[in-house]
Order: sequence, then structure tokens, then C-alpha cells
Amino acid sequence: MATVAVRAESERKKKSMLWDYLTTVDHKKIAHLYFWTGLFYFLLGGLEALLMRTQLAFPLNTFLTGKSYNEVLTMHGTTMIFLVAMPLLFALMNAVVPLMIGARDLAFPYVNALSYWLYFFGALVMHIGFLTGNVPQGGWTGYMPLSLPEYSGFGMSYYAMGLQLSGLGTLLTGINFVATIVNMRAPGMTYMRMPLFVWTTLIASILIMFAFPPLTAGLFLMIYDQLFGGQVFNVAGGGNVILWQHLFWIFGHPEVYIVVLPAFGIFSEVIPVFSRKRLFGYPAMVVATALIAFFGFMVWVHHMFTVGLGPLANGIFAVMTTIIAVPTGIKIFNWIATMWGGKLRMTTAMHWSVGFIFTFVMGGVTGVMMALPPADYQYHDTYFIVAHFHYTLIGGTVFSIFAGAYYWWPKMFGRLLNETLGKIHFWFFFIGFHMTFFIQHFLGLWGMQRRVYTYLPGQGFDLANLVSTIGAYLMAIGVIVFAINIVYTFVKGKPAPADPWDGRTLEWATKAPVPEYNFARLPLIRGIDALWLEKMAGHKEMPVIEDYHDIHMPNSTVLPFLMSLTLAIAALGFIWKEEFNHAFLYMGIGGIVLTLLVMFFRSVIDDEGYHIPKAEIEREEMKGVSV
Amino acid sequence: MTTTHPNAMSDIEAHGHERSAEGEVQPTIELVTQEGKNKQLGVWLFIAAESVLFASFFAVYLALRHSIPNGPQPKDLFELPLVFVMTAILLTSSFTSVMAVMNMRQLKSSAMKGWLVLTWLLGFSFLLLEIYEFNHYVHMGHTFTSSAFGTAFYSLVGFHGAHVAFGLLWLMTLLLRNARREITPYTAPKVYSFSLYWHFVDLVWVFIFTIVYLMGKVG
Repeated sequence: MATVAVRAESERKKKSMLWDYLTTVDHKKIAHLYFWTGLFYFLLGGLEALLMRTQLAFPLNTFLTGKSYNEVLTMHGTTMIFLVAMPLLFALMNAVVPLMIGARDLAFPYVNALSYWLYFFGALVMHIGFLTGNVPQGGWTGYMPLSLPEYSGFGMSYYAMGLQLSGLGTLLTGINFVATIVNMRAPGMTYMRMPLFVWTTLIASILIMFAFPPLTAGLFLMIYDQLFGGQVFNVAGGGNVILWQHLFWIFGHPEVYIVVLPAFGIFSEVIPVFSRKRLFGYPAMVVATALIAFFGFMVWVHHMFTVGLGPLANGIFAVMTTIIAVPTGIKIFNWIATMWGGKLRMTTAMHWSVGFIFTFVMGGVTGVMMALPPADYQYHDTYFIVAHFHYTLIGGTVFSIFAGAYYWWPKMFGRLLNETLGKIHFWFFFIGFHMTFFIQHFLGLWGMQRRVYTYLPGQGFDLANLVSTIGAYLMAIGVIVFAINIVYTFVKGKPAPADPWDGRTLEWATKAPVPEYNFARLPLIRGIDALWLEKMAGHKEMPVIEDYHDIHMPNSTVLPFLMSLTLAIAALGFIWKEEFNHAFLYMGIGGIVLTLLVMFFRSVIDDEGYHIPKAEIEREEMKGVSV
Repeated sequence: MTTTHPNAMSDIEAHGHERSAEGEVQPTIELVTQEGKNKQLGVWLFIAAESVLFASFFAVYLALRHSIPNGPQPKDLFELPLVFVMTAILLTSSFTSVMAVMNMRQLKSSAMKGWLVLTWLLGFSFLLLEIYEFNHYVHMGHTFTSSAFGTAFYSLVGFHGAHVAFGLLWLMTLLLRNARREITPYTAPKVYSFSLYWHFVDLVWVFIFTIVYLMGKVG
């Protein structure tokens, strides 16, 4: 057996920052990559939303019409779900889940880097259409046969290939987090002692494992029909267009919980810390999370009530859908009970959490309204639906990402975001949000159709649309304040202490900044809220289970980047063979061959990592022990 | 666990643990390191996800297997003797990969490699027969683009074939890289991961045999 090299700090080559991030397998750096990329697409998707709201500010406006509007609409939805919500949650998961369970990294650091780069290149492939003139325009749901080239050009091929790449990355992330949480917990960290964010990450990852494959299958069939003469969605060839809707929503509904369960987890971390109380009803929270995930697989037809599957199918799925309100309600009451009688500190993170409870309940109520098929025939394809899912996705996921960003910023970047700017950010965004979307419930009930680029004057839509547009600009101001806050913090912010919020969970027991091996000696966990328990017992640090020793680290590598790059080349080759010239087929095949070659090198080269010597770790740990 | 095994000889059990002469349960070589344990769990999780992927393709096939505006019917296409031979070959390759893992756990390097080479040859002959079969269908007018049934058939069966082909590349890489290496806690999980994957690919074929070919003949 080959021996693993011991490399002291002096031997580890100093790398440029660019090369370091291109080759890193460290979960903390990958979290940074996810965060900045996700934030970039958040700004892009937000800009697309502003373009749409500007067009809709007045009846018969001509700012952004027809095909252009459809493109912006499609890219806004796809971007926000796949390139913003999930990656930003992955950023927070990568940053803190290993720390919360006392692990030195994820189970598969290499695969973690691969996941990120697949997402990076998937997002890029999706946007290449802006250069070739074929932007996706068939809606983020990619319904058939609208997404075939006859109707939408080759834009939807960029959508399909881009999602296929980033979806593979997401699947690998899901597997990685399940393996990590099952196998890598520190001694004493039993399942029922895990922080709730770890629980929700685990369950969302299981959802990813079972929900993404139907999308993968559906996208393969879409690609076959678009680029390889497949007949699955071509009625003349015996195809069936409803199949796509089933595959998409069997994925699509669990996807809603993939992005909202981790959000619930974040609030379940923030609320106890700033209430100075342990989470109320911890076991009930865990069971409720699992139940939501379980029922989440049995409700997909509520997206298809108007397709005409019959009263029996609609009825069964309506009942299943309303049942989900029960575990969700349990959660809401538990958060309120956690705050009840607590010593509240209204930090920015706490503002987002309280704002979330208020907003998300409204999204939940409209959700139950739409779960009833006869009523849904009225709401279907109107702005009522738009209002509903923005209340859940912004009120749930986006609020949680902001809460998590303010809460974990010191752990991720070693500084505290400015709280005053944070509250300005919150109020602009919160008021703007409700201005934009509350009125849309009524627009929907009054009969305004979604996805249409304009409306006629004199239908009573004019004022409400203007209010909605003004609200959208207020949200944009909030986001700009957030951006200013980030810049201000990097320029003027002071280094944050290791535990600035008087935290309860294990990530706050690590040093500031967190060393690359996370824990010099693995901690012993003695209960829920492990760090708080030790603080209450009068201990300054976590008890440890081992002496200092050499720590085994994985090597950084550029192969994940190359593997994703070659797959992206293949994806573009296959699109361009239909869009431009059949010779691009060779580019597609070449990309696949190159990918296999990279995989071959990954397999053939022994990569056993290296050891950080014990002396160096001891020296680091003695340096400025944080209090 | 301190009870002694009824069989005094230290033997290897199916669930991946080995009993020493004293009767203590020890993990087998592919599971002694944390990386090995992670790999095993990771492959199982990957297989779980792949099961859903294949289930989706099966569902699409079942929905579209009668959608044949052009081209021959399944009854006229499928020939059970050929498919039966393919099934026998693939299931045998599962057996040979088990033998390879058994030998790996006893650190018999050359026997392990021998069984792996046999596994590769069986998998390769399966693939050749499948290529022959597809070629035959295309000549009969049953192509990827001939009908929804055609696309669904090749999506499902071809996707399985691609898994076999990928498995063969994987196994060849393993054999090449380990040609001069011994069985160690670093190399053993790689072989074990492959064998898990290979069993899964064989299991999917059992479902294809039943749902595509048997139901196509009689359904």
C-alpha cells in the first residue's frame, strides 16, 4: 500500500486565488463558490423580473413584448429555481452542515467539487442561447409540444441540456449529503441530537435522490425529440404530451420541498438562538419534516387538475395535498412557541424569520385554497397562482437565504454584516414584496391571465399592476442595499469572533477563521444544542475524544472542472448539430470521449491525499484561542 | 458479538463481515477505512437514484408500448431464444463478479482478477448480442424514430445497454490500474463498488426481460 505523504505548510505550494478555487475540494471554499454564483444569478433573475414588471406597469405597454417577454419569463423562472434557490441553499449547507455534525469534510469532497462545476457549466449552457439567438421561451415547466423546435426554436434545447448538467450536479450533492450525515457524524451526535438544519438537509437530500431522476428521464426524452428525431411527445408518431407533465411534476412538486425544507431548517436554527430558548417540539419538527417529504411525492397531480384526468384522480390528489398543511402547521406553531416567553433579540436574521412566519402562512393558506379542484379551475393560470408560489418561494426560501446569510456570514467570511443596513434591506424587501404580490391574488381572482405580456385597459387591472410594479422596484432597492452591505463589510467590517451570536450548535465551537480541517480534535456531543449544553455546564470548549494527530486531507484537483467542461462541450455540440451544422455532431461525441478520458485519469491515478503534521496543528491551535 | 460461528473455519459472510478465529466480527477489507464505508454507502444511494431513473423509463415504455403508427409490432420483432441467451450471459456475469469479491476478501489477487476478466468477457458478449439485436430490428423497420414505441424502447433498453458499456469501461480501467497493485484497503472498495453497480445493471435487465420481452410476446 502506498504511504500517504505528510506535507507541512511550507511544502504545500502557495497557489493563486483563482487556481485555488478552480481546484479546491474544501467544503468551505465550495460554499463560497456556490454563494457568489448563486448571488450573481439572483441579480440576473431579479433583473428579468424587473423587466417583466416594467412591461406590465401599464396596459398595452410596448417595453418588452411577444417573444422577448416569453424568453425573459422562461429564464426568470428557470434561473430562480435551479440557479438561485438550490445553489444558495447548497452554499449554506456546504458552509455549516459538516461543522454542525463535527465532520472534517463531506463524505466525497471530490464529488462535491464536481457538483459545483456541473452547476456552473449547466448555468452557462442555459445562457449560451443569448449569444446564438435561441433563448429558451417555452416556460420554466417546458411543456410539450410547445418546447419542440417547430414551436420554440432551439432555445428549449439549451434549457434541457443546461438542466441536465446542473441536475446531475444536484443529484450528486444529494447523495453526498446523505452519505455525509449518515456516516460522518462525530461521536455522540445521534440522529435525534442533530441540529434541525442538518435534519432538513438530510431529508431534502433524500428528496433530491428520488425526485431528480424523473426529471432526468423527462429531459432525456425532450432532448431525443428535439435533436434526435424521437417521437415520445409527437402525437403523429404515437406520442403523448401528458407524459411530460407527469414526469415534470413528479419531480416538480418534491422540488418545492427541496427548496423549502432547508429553509425551515435555517429558521429553526435562527429562532432558538435569538430567543435564548431551545427549539420547541424538536421531535415533532423532525417528524413533520419527514411527513412533508413523504406526502410531497403523492401530490403532483394538483399541478394538473385542469388537464382532465378525471374526478377520482383529482379527488385523491386533492386530499393528499390538503394533508400536507397539517405537518406544516405543526412547524409554524412550534416556531411561535419557541419565541413565546423567550428573550428575543431582534437582529436582522430574526427580522427575516418573523417576516417568514407571517408571509409563509399566507402562502400556505392560498395553497390549501388551490388544492380543491373545483376552486382550482377558477385560479388556474391566473395571477392568483403567481402570487401563491411567490409567497412560498420568496417568503420561505429567499427569506431563509437572507436570514442564513446574516446569521452565518461570520462563519463563512469571518466578518459580521452591518445590522443597520441589514434592517434597511429587510424593510425595503419585505414591504416591496407584499406590495408586489399581495395585490396579485386579486388580479388573479379578477381574471388576469399569467404568462401573457400585456392586458387591455379598462378591465380594472391598471392600478393594481402599477402598484405591483412599484413594489418590485422597492424589492430591488432592498437587494441593492444588501449588495452595498456586502461591499461595506468586506472593506470596513471588523473580523468577527468565533461565536458572535452566543450560538447553541457545534459550528460556533470552531475557531475563527475555521481551519481547513475544521476540528483539530473531534468533539464529543452530549445532547441537543451541544455547544449550549457545555456553556451551561460552565465549560469554555467542547470536550474532545482524541489527542492531536496528523490529519488526513484530500488533494485539490482540477479534474472536476475539466469533467464538467467537457460535458458542456458535448451538450453544446449536440445542440449545434441541429441548430447550425451537422458537423457539430463530432464536437458532441468528442466531448463525451474527453469526459470519459478525464474519468479514466481520475480512476487510474492514485489519489490518497496527504497529512497535515501534528506539530503544525498544535501550533495553530495554540495561536489566539478564541473565547 | 462473542458467540462462535458454528463453522469453525473463518469464513466470509454475505453481509460484508468476517469472523476471526476468536469469533469477533471484523469488517472485510473493502470496509476497513472511512473512505471505503463512504464509498459503499454512496454507491447504494446512487443505485437508489438510478432505480427511479429506470422506473421512469419503464413507465414511459409501458405508456407507449402500443403506440405504433408505423413499423412492426413487438410480437413480430422479439425472439425469445436470443433474449434468453443474453439473460443467461448477464446473470452469469453477476455470479462471476461475486466470485471476484469473495476472492478479494480472501486477498487472492490473481483469482480475483481472473473472475473479473471473465465478468468482462461475459458483459462484452452481452453487448455484442445486443448490438446484433438492435441492428436486426432496424432492418425490420423498428428504429429510434419510427414511432413513439420505438423511441421508448430504445430509450429504455438502450439506456441499459449504455450502462453495460459504461460498466465494461469501468471494469477495464480497474483491471488496468490494478494490474500490478495488490489488494489493499485503498483498492478493494473500488472493486466492490463496481460489483454493486454490476449487480444493479443485471437486476434491471431482469425487469426488461419481463416487461419488454415477455409482455411484448404475450401482452
